[in-house]
Amino acid sequence: MKKNLNSRIALIIAVLVIFIYGIFGIPSGLSGSALLDSITKRIHLGLDLRGGAHLILQVVVKEAVSDETDSAVGRIQQDLKTASLTYSQVYKPNPLKPDGSGQPELIRVEGTASAKSNDIRSLLDAKYSNEYDVNGGSDGSFTITMKPLVEQALEKKTVQQAIETIRDRVDSLGVSEPVIQEYGLGDNQILVELPGIEDLDRVKNIIQSTARLEIHPVVGGPYQDEQTALGSVGGALPADEELSHFSGMTGSDADSIYVLQRVPVVAGSDFRSADPGTSANGLPDVRFTLTNEAGDRFYEYTSANVGHAMAVVLGGRVREVANIKSAIRDSGEIEGSFSADEVATLSKMLRTGALPASLNYLEDRTVGASLGADSVKEGVTAAVVGVLLIMVFMLVYYRGSGINADLALFLNLVILLGFMGFSGATLTLPGIAGVILTIGMGVDSNVLIFERIREEVRAGKAPSAAVDQGFAHAWVTIIDTHVTTIVSAAILFLFGTGPVKGFAVTLTFGLAANLFTAVYVSRVIFEAHLNKLKPGELVSI
Amino acid sequence: MLRSQEGRESVELFRSVNVDWLGKKWYFLLFSMVFSVAGIISMGLHWQKIGSPVPLGVDFRGGTQIQVQFNSAPDINRIRQAMDAAGIKDASIQPIRNLDQATSNDVLISLPEQTNEAALDAGREQIMDALRSHYDSSIDTKNIRNVQVVGPTVGKQLEKQAGLATLYSMLGMLIYLWFRFQLIYGVAAVVACFHDTLITVGAFALTNQEISLTVIAAILTLVGYSMNDTIVVFDRIRENLRLSRRETLSDVVNRSINQTLSRTVLTSGLTFITVLSLYVFGGQVLKGFSFALVVGILIGTYSSIAVAAPMLVAWQDWRAGKGKAAVLPAAKRAKA
Repeated sequence: MKKNLNSRIALIIAVLVIFIYGIFGIPSGLSGSALLDSITKRIHLGLDLRGGAHLILQVVVKEAVSDETDSAVGRIQQDLKTASLTYSQVYKPNPLKPDGSGQPELIRVEGTASAKSNDIRSLLDAKYSNEYDVNGGSDGSFTITMKPLVEQALEKKTVQQAIETIRDRVDSLGVSEPVIQEYGLGDNQILVELPGIEDLDRVKNIIQSTARLEIHPVVGGPYQDEQTALGSVGGALPADEELSHFSGMTGSDADSIYVLQRVPVVAGSDFRSADPGTSANGLPDVRFTLTNEAGDRFYEYTSANVGHAMAVVLGGRVREVANIKSAIRDSGEIEGSFSADEVATLSKMLRTGALPASLNYLEDRTVGASLGADSVKEGVTAAVVGVLLIMVFMLVYYRGSGINADLALFLNLVILLGFMGFSGATLTLPGIAGVILTIGMGVDSNVLIFERIREEVRAGKAPSAAVDQGFAHAWVTIIDTHVTTIVSAAILFLFGTGPVKGFAVTLTFGLAANLFTAVYVSRVIFEAHLNKLKPGELVSI
Repeated sequence: MLRSQEGRESVELFRSVNVDWLGKKWYFLLFSMVFSVAGIISMGLHWQKIGSPVPLGVDFRGGTQIQVQFNSAPDINRIRQAMDAAGIKDASIQPIRNLDQATSNDVLISLPEQTNEAALDAGREQIMDALRSHYDSSIDTKNIRNVQVVGPTVGKQLEKQAGLATLYSMLGMLIYLWFRFQLIYGVAAVVACFHDTLITVGAFALTNQEISLTVIAAILTLVGYSMNDTIVVFDRIRENLRLSRRETLSDVVNRSINQTLSRTVLTSGLTFITVLSLYVFGGQVLKGFSFALVVGILIGTYSSIAVAAPMLVAWQDWRAGKGKAAVLPAAKRAKA
């Protein structure tokens, strides 16, 4: 039996070492400040405990309006064609420009037959008057303007969507617990607070990148520069076309420009999924699938345009130009000079939904702990006092076995913090609530075992039998309480967000640690104690 | 006569307790009803006055955020005291600086206020007055760098999700208990949890304290704790039912509670002391959080004995009254 014990003790020490590594990593030194340094690097504290980055973003809501009117242009053209009403063009006379100016809410229909004015009028009224004001001009033209209330509602919705998308992107694992909320009155601004600012640039990139994936028909290109490109369309760009730069493959030094049709064939929310993959030549690429409705549109377009070129535009730049060889329905690949990282980030951005509009950074600062650094200190002191009181009490009430309980409690906390260090989860005040519950249940487990052992001793059993029976009975109860709570924590983690998730994470780690220490470690310590008992001596409990 | 351990006195409370817990169930019921009803009435009054059953903090309502640049390095503690002295409860106070600055004297103060234009000015005035009277009389408009309205951190979406998550988790626990014990055990445990949550939230309503995100976390904690406590008692009941077929259910339940009493008082007592220490020493910002835990632990312990256990017996009696066979003593051969 003694040999068995040594290997079990070795296992416990190994676990202890592993989780101490989880907490500290490999510290640069053993001084107090070096250790503190390595802890803060491994264990991330939340905004409420330590503060972090304070970013204010502006949502360019006009882009959402522009998108909506773009798709309305397409629909109006379709409707007029179906009703056999001729027109010379449907376009936006003052589209949104990169500097933010323009009137994206305006659409014009021109060149219609004046005889058909009434027909066109009633068609437009029937289909569009809910959201647009339709005004007829004298020369067979119509001006269609998005209603101000509708525009406002769309802008609000865009901000909300942006908030949700940002939350998804920043918090994909659900463990970094950012603060994301609307900011300001009606300025379409969002406040994002992130705990810690170590890789702020990467986070800013993830947040801000619109990652709008669109597929546009190519009118002409590639051209060497903008003049040549404009020359090909007679010097001035028609309203339904735009210039786009090609973000070339590495190694190609010439910038090239394409003239594309402004309205994309498929874009943004038409993409149902996007995942990293490998192309035929072994490089990382993105595989996407389209929604059913978009797939139909894409099929229609590609089958009507075999032999023509289409451009895959990402974030406003042409990523790839392909010739349409045959009709494509709903899945495809985007190849390019992507690195594995880029492909992963890109897929995630496409999956969590394209941002409905671009974001501009207005402000970029750091804030202190929202709970207040003073409260954090007070809270930590109070908690430490509480835990010490428990430890002292266990020694007094359970004597020798109290050491057992105290060691188990200490090991529990080490394992829990080690888990946090390994997983990179953020510790917030709700997370600490989970730790408190874990400590409570840990103490409970020990008390259950000890009380049971005392009962067995009172019933006259010999020490080792008493310990055996005590553990056997208490084990059932400990399993039931822990599994129930772990089930609850798992569900909270799956369905909850923010603080609920943080709570669930520490709780699960803590309970797992508890099961290990309360039963395995405690048992080993008891066995060691029993081994040392002289015959006739009783367990110190 | 029990042989004492070599003459050593072991410290032991509750060596042989024999209280008739179930006999007191009407007192328990009365106690629970009084506090539940008081809580519900208080919540109803709050709802009428402010549109929510309990005062809600900045996290739920949003508010005004004011950036103040102090003339010298700000003392957060004193600022908080200044706010308190002016009657501004629950202001969040955070130092803020630009990334390229080494230090700054700027502080962000967030107030739970109504979010409209007028409130911005009102908020600014309030803060300036508070700071002027209790912190630094030379504060004036030039120190106010920015006043903004902030939306709630917990939007409707998050609220709904948090609520659903909690309900699902209770359902999950009920199912597990159904599987390990019997359905009535699961139901009784979940009812006890609801009872605890109701009384704790009612306590917030009665004492007019705000509920913030961290309080939600505290409530989740007390649900877990109450479950834990209830299951320990249930486990003992199940074990005793297996061992003895001749006792009535009431007797078995009473005996089980008495046997676990030592453990219950110890664990609850120790956890309670920790949480009490947090409430007393943990500072003003954590008061809501620790208050929920203090009330929650007391009620959680109480409910296992006073709500969950009597429910088992009541269910048994009801079934017996309808002529159905006694379900509980012939319990499933649950695995050990």
